[in-house]
Order: sequence, then C-alpha cells, then structure tokens
Amino acid sequence: MAGKKKRKSTAAQNEIINLTNVCKAYSTGAPALKDVNLHINRGEFVFIVGDSGSGKSTLIKLLLRELTVTSGSINVMGYDLSRIRHRKIPKFRRNLGVVFQDFRLLKDRNVYENVAFAQRIVQKSGKEIKRNVPSMLAVVGLAGKYKAKPRQLSGGEQQRVALARALVNQPTILLADEPTGNLDPKNSWEIMKLLEQINENGTTVIVVTHNREIVNAMQKRVVTLKKGVVISDEEKGGYIDED
Amino acid sequence: MRISSFFYTLRQGVRNLFRNKLFTLASIATISACLFLFGLFYAVVTNFQHIVKNAQQGVSVSVFFDEGLDESRIQQIGEQIARRTEVADLVFVSADEAWEEFKGDYLEGYEDGFTENPLADSAHYDIYLSDVSMQPALVTYLESMEGVSKVNRSELVATTLTGVNALIAYVSVGIIAILLAVSVFLISNTVIIGISIRREEINIMKYIGATDFFVRSPFVIEGMLIGLIGAALPLGVIYGMYNIVLTYVTERFPMLTTLLSFLTVQEVFGVLTPVSIGIGVGIGFLGSIVTVRRYLRV
Repeated sequence: MAGKKKRKSTAAQNEIINLTNVCKAYSTGAPALKDVNLHINRGEFVFIVGDSGSGKSTLIKLLLRELTVTSGSINVMGYDLSRIRHRKIPKFRRNLGVVFQDFRLLKDRNVYENVAFAQRIVQKSGKEIKRNVPSMLAVVGLAGKYKAKPRQLSGGEQQRVALARALVNQPTILLADEPTGNLDPKNSWEIMKLLEQINENGTTVIVVTHNREIVNAMQKRVVTLKKGVVISDEEKGGYIDED
Repeated sequence: MRISSFFYTLRQGVRNLFRNKLFTLASIATISACLFLFGLFYAVVTNFQHIVKNAQQGVSVSVFFDEGLDESRIQQIGEQIARRTEVADLVFVSADEAWEEFKGDYLEGYEDGFTENPLADSAHYDIYLSDVSMQPALVTYLESMEGVSKVNRSELVATTLTGVNALIAYVSVGIIAILLAVSVFLISNTVIIGISIRREEINIMKYIGATDFFVRSPFVIEGMLIGLIGAALPLGVIYGMYNIVLTYVTERFPMLTTLLSFLTVQEVFGVLTPVSIGIGVGIGFLGSIVTVRRYLRV
C-alpha cells in the first residue's frame, strides 16, 4: 500500500503538464476545446495532431497562457494558468521554448542577435551571452552563419535559428507549433532530428503537426484532436486518418 | 535591471530610431510642426502681453491736494497710498517740477512773461499701478482721503488695456489648448502606426518571457528621443527667426521700438525652451506608454 502511494506521488512529481476538463470557447462560433484531459510527464516527446480547426493551436495558446480557459484547469510546472497573475506570466514563460511555423525571427537583426535577444530578455550578462549563443548555434549547425540576416537564410536555416533562440535559455518544455509546416522533407527531417536530440537531453518536447510521415515514422506518443475533443492518446502511436 | 540590460535597452531605443526611419521622420515632423506653431504663437503672444503690460505701467493716476495743505500731511498721504498692494510706484511732483515740465512741454521759450509759478497749487503724486484693472478701486479710495482735492485718471485707457489683456489671455489659452489637442491626436496616430509595424517584435518578446517593463522601455526611450528632437528643431528655427525679425524691426523701424518694447530672445526662450522640451518629451513618453500597453496583453 505504502509502495503504491509512493509510486503515485512520484508520478505526480513527474507530471509537467496537466489539463483537467479544459474547455475553451471563443466569443463567436463553436467551442475550440471540449472537456480535454491531458497529462504529460517530464522528458516526454508528444505529437499533437489533428485537422485544421481541431483545436491544436488553441491548445498551444493555452499552454503559453496567451489564452485562458473557459472552464477546467491547466497546470504547467506547478503554475495554475487559470489563476496566474499577469506580472507572473514572463517568469512562467521563461520555462518554455517556443517555435512557430513562420519562424518569427527579428528580420532586422542577424542570427547571433536573434538568439542573444532571448538571453537579454532573461537578463543574462554579456559574458554569459558570448559563451552561450555560439555554442547553441553550433548545436543547430549554424555557427558559421552567425552574421547572416534571416532573409539570407533558407527556411530550414531560419527554423534552426528559431530553435536555437527557443533553446538557449535551457527551457524545461519546448512547444513547437507546426515547425516543419514551411519546410521541404529534407529540412523537415533535420529539424525533427534536432528536436529528438533535444528531447534525449531531457527537455519535454510537444510538437503540433500535420506531417503524417514524420508522426508515423518517429513512433512517439500521439494525441489526436478532432473538433476540440481528444479522440486518441497513444504511446508510440501513428497519424489517425479522419476518413 | 542589470547595468548591461539598461545600456542594451538604451541602445535599442536609439537603434529603433534608425530601424524605422519613415516612422521616426513622420513622428518628428508631426511633433515639430505642432511645437513650431506653439512656439510661434507663444513668441507673438508673450510679446503682445509685454507691450500691453508696458502700456499699463505708463498709465498713472494723479492726486492733487487741498490748497495750503502742509507738507507733513502730503507725506502722510503718500505713505498711505504706497502701502496699497495695487500700487507699483509713487512719484511726488512738486509745484516747481510741474511748472518746469509744463514749460518744457508747451511754452518752449515763451515763459518769460510769468514772474510767479502759475501752478503753485499743482503739487501732486503720480501713482503707477501694478494691475490697471484695479484703477477704479484705487480712485474711490483716493477720493475718500482727507486733504485730497482732485484725482485725475484715464478711465478709457485703463478699461481698454484691461479688456485687451483679458482677450489675449482667453485667446492664447484657447489656441494653445487646441494646438496641444491636435498635437496629441496626430502624434498618437503616428505612434500607433509605428507600434503596429512592430507588433510581431513585441509578441516575440512576450513569448520568450520578457516583462512588460523590458518590452516597453526601448519604445519609451525612442518616444522620448523623438519628442526631444521634435522639440529641438522648431526651437532652433524659431530662435533664428526671432533674432532676424527683431533685428529687422529695430533697424528698419526705430520709431516703432521707442513706442513698443519687445522681449529679448533670452526672455522668450527662457520659458519656451523648457516648456517645448517638456511637451515634446512628455508626449513621446505618454504616447509610447499608452500605445505599447495595448500590445502587452499577449
């Protein structure tokens, strides 16, 4: 009995994201998420899949605390996101790394500055920035292009910069919203390999994607959403066809 | 905030000026145009007020005494008048001085026929007021004094000057209020356009975990710098123009300067410089704070 209790508390300690009966409705239209329950442990790699309008982006926005739940509760790393105060949000977000489909780089700054920018926001010293940024650029394979502006890079390279920016502050969780959406298959695979490598180093990775091939090939946990409802949650799952 | 972060924020504020050249130029031009009109209006109005004030100071009330009134009573009357708050200056004119002045003004060498002073009872006080609108109250008081035979005053000049002064005050407050309202409207529109261009940048900063203060600071520094430059430019132009106009008027119309006295460039800019810079920097500060705030709820 005591052993069971201990296992339960270890599991709770391991849990890094906990969504309980989460509903999200926008002021107009149908609800985006309905009664979603999702538990993600520290160090997991999870794909969130589903067609357009299934609620994937809403879920990411809720996890970023860009949106608030209509009902239910979200707990990320001990932060209750339905109750968190506005001034505490920056501190919470520093635990997350975010990568978007459209990269969202600062176009007027070079690769180095784009990555250093994330370190400046968390008020790292100049010395730390000079040490961390080049090593992170080396991890994503862009050490030689630190002076280039985003427009001088390919889509895959821009996504690597975005990844370096997301990782340089050593986040506990990496949220990637369609990270391969604008990339060709070769670059898509390279980005996914990087994400896998990051996950192996202990970061929890959550990837929202449409990419059937990648999901099926990687054999990771797959959560499928349909019209705002979780219709499947499988360890080593695959992409579920709507038809 | 770390010192390195402080300098980074400062550098970003300055760099923002160059990153968005078009926005920067549009904002500076808007603030400059508004503050130029404000400065020009201020220079004209203050000079006008100065001229009116000088004219007011020239308006005097003369108090004459009963025939044979002894000197000690005259002195006592003078002391009583000088104690009143609306009195700026009090000048005693003796009968002899009055006669000398009269001779100089009107007789010009034909005074030989007078063996005695015909203005023997014309000793009086000339009273200059600090506020000409107080003239009726002073006159009533003077007329009630024992030993005073007559009080001369120019009611028309006093009421005209009082009216002109009030008119200038109302018109200038009205025009300055309109100018400031127009400035705030134009500048806030320009800032809104500039900030919406950088909405994505603000979003990225917020996603990474930047505090509102960190996001806002470079924009506030940028806004204040735009305000400072926007104030400095029209000040320089008005300074140059004022000097040129003043030199032109004094050289070409010397007669005018004997009648009207203009404020020196130092007197005008002693007030105009801090006020314009305060308005420019203040508008830049408030404009950026208010506009960035709406994008911080990410």
